[in-house]
Amino acid sequence: MLSGLLDGIFSGISLGSVLLLAALGLAIVFGLMGVINMAHGELMMLGAYTTYMVQNALKGTPLFGIYIFIALIAAFIVTAIFGLVLERGVIRYLYGRPLETLLATWGVSLILQQLVRSVSWQLVTIVALFCLLFFGAMWIVARRTDFERARGWFLTIMIPLSAAAAIATGNVLGTLYKPAFTKLWFDARNVDVTAPKWLRGGFPIAGTQFSYARIFIIVLTIACVVGVYWFLNNTSWGLRIRSVTQNRTMSACLGIPTKKVDALTFALGSGLAGLAGCAVSLLGSVGPNTGQNYIVDTFMVVVVGGVGKLAGSIIAALAIGTANYLIGSNTLVDLTAPIKPLSDTFAFFSTISMAKVLVFALIIAFLQFRPGGLFPQKGRTVDA
Amino acid sequence: MSYANATLEPTKPDTDLPMLEVNDLNVYYGESHILRDVNMTVFPGKMVCLIGRNGVGKTTMLKTLMGILKPRSGNLKLDGHSIIARTTDQRARLGIGYVPQGREVIPRLTIKENLILGLEALLERPKKQEIPEEIFELFPVLKTMLSRMGGDLSGGQQQQLAIARALMGRPRLLVLDEPTEGIQPSIILEIEAAVRRIIETTGISVLLVEQHLHFVRQADWYYAMQKGSMVASGPTSQLSNDVIQQFLAV
Repeated sequence: MLSGLLDGIFSGISLGSVLLLAALGLAIVFGLMGVINMAHGELMMLGAYTTYMVQNALKGTPLFGIYIFIALIAAFIVTAIFGLVLERGVIRYLYGRPLETLLATWGVSLILQQLVRSVSWQLVTIVALFCLLFFGAMWIVARRTDFERARGWFLTIMIPLSAAAAIATGNVLGTLYKPAFTKLWFDARNVDVTAPKWLRGGFPIAGTQFSYARIFIIVLTIACVVGVYWFLNNTSWGLRIRSVTQNRTMSACLGIPTKKVDALTFALGSGLAGLAGCAVSLLGSVGPNTGQNYIVDTFMVVVVGGVGKLAGSIIAALAIGTANYLIGSNTLVDLTAPIKPLSDTFAFFSTISMAKVLVFALIIAFLQFRPGGLFPQKGRTVDA
Repeated sequence: MSYANATLEPTKPDTDLPMLEVNDLNVYYGESHILRDVNMTVFPGKMVCLIGRNGVGKTTMLKTLMGILKPRSGNLKLDGHSIIARTTDQRARLGIGYVPQGREVIPRLTIKENLILGLEALLERPKKQEIPEEIFELFPVLKTMLSRMGGDLSGGQQQQLAIARALMGRPRLLVLDEPTEGIQPSIILEIEAAVRRIIETTGISVLLVEQHLHFVRQADWYYAMQKGSMVASGPTSQLSNDVIQQFLAV
């Protein structure tokens, strides 16, 4: 009995901490900035793939024992840069237009999924060459004063021209260095990240195994939450972020560079998604669709917790994680065994997918009574 | 210690170059023409008051000055340099301290954090983010409640906080939008005294939008607006009862 209870609590917390880690970045991007980022799951997936690449790169070297820490840093940097590009390239034009943001970021998520399926040196060369030609030309031409008038002409000429040059070069290089250059990096199959030796196995207490990987994720989650709290409450950039969140126009009037703050906030949220992806890769194999498994859950956590409140997200993640585990495992069935109809009901829901059905039904019921979530707060309605 | 110590004193003006120049400004909300060919000038160390009834475009004028609204034509010059292409936050760092209508104190930040945010307008931010004692000399009420949330203050306290916050950035031009609106008379007198003291001791220019007659009389110069245009201006000492009747909503 004791071991069952311990096991239940541990598994619930560990499930909740994965949810929380995944939701933390979203709580910042969606909660603080009000941006609905459907590509958040894909940023996690990129973090997981970064972990895989770091693992492969360090295999056989003495650093392999601690590769997971290097992977964490790399995943944070890679996804933060992706987030920065996404904010600068797409989202900043859509502030204050949630529907368009939702559609655009969903499109980005599809692009990212296909990207990991078909990325090869050839593709990287083509994209890099296109960017170099197109933005290089733009940088040169934009210094002319009459650029705004000629913009349409510039775009119609330069886009096909750079694209043709890039694709031609890519194809020529592809035929010259055939197998190595066109070989897909990952292809559509799932890849596996092997945890370093010290993260395998578990820690036995009272007959239950406490998996080291899950303990590591719990510790990582706590570190991230503390780090985010510290950053938001004790640094000058954190103060700026909180100020812009609450009153964008007045913050600008005080001299706060709001565009820089937006970019930084988004990069931070994306970087946290990368960390979550790194953690997720320890739990199972990683594929192009990994992100989609998490996006709904993470939005649930943020909405249940109350948009704009980190404390709400923490409690919501733990609650949803524990509820998911308790319903999905047989714990509740055993507990309610004396009352036959109740235990039958729980038995019906005690598979992973049916548990999700019940949890979402509970969330819907909860939101009927508290539409603002656990800790409702007036979030920022983005205006730009 | 007076407010005019070395750290807070901006350059004392000895030229007659205007601090702020507004030339032929035209502003639209969609298709409705709000400001029509507005011209005005604020000289260094002077307090200029913009008067007019509700809805004539006074606040629009100040919002355009801060870059919150984009004008369709016209020019804005701060200290001789055009600021029309600058963003709002750049204008703040160029030395315009803005106290908007409705105060706009950041609600879920403490008073201290609100004041610290005022330092954002400084070009070189001090390493130690401290609030100079002069601020508390001007507004003693703030010192006792540094850790309270900005949104929990009363209207008058929020107004004092908003002015103090603008002063933290050591502006060259302080822009006040109806600082006495909806505030009890005793606090109005305190705010008036504080603004007068700021001008005397630091020599910064003040652009004020105001309905409260007693406060209007403190200014050196007035501009009167009607239906989006400047219709009268002159020294406030010559502000006759006729003009007041016509332009102030009393």
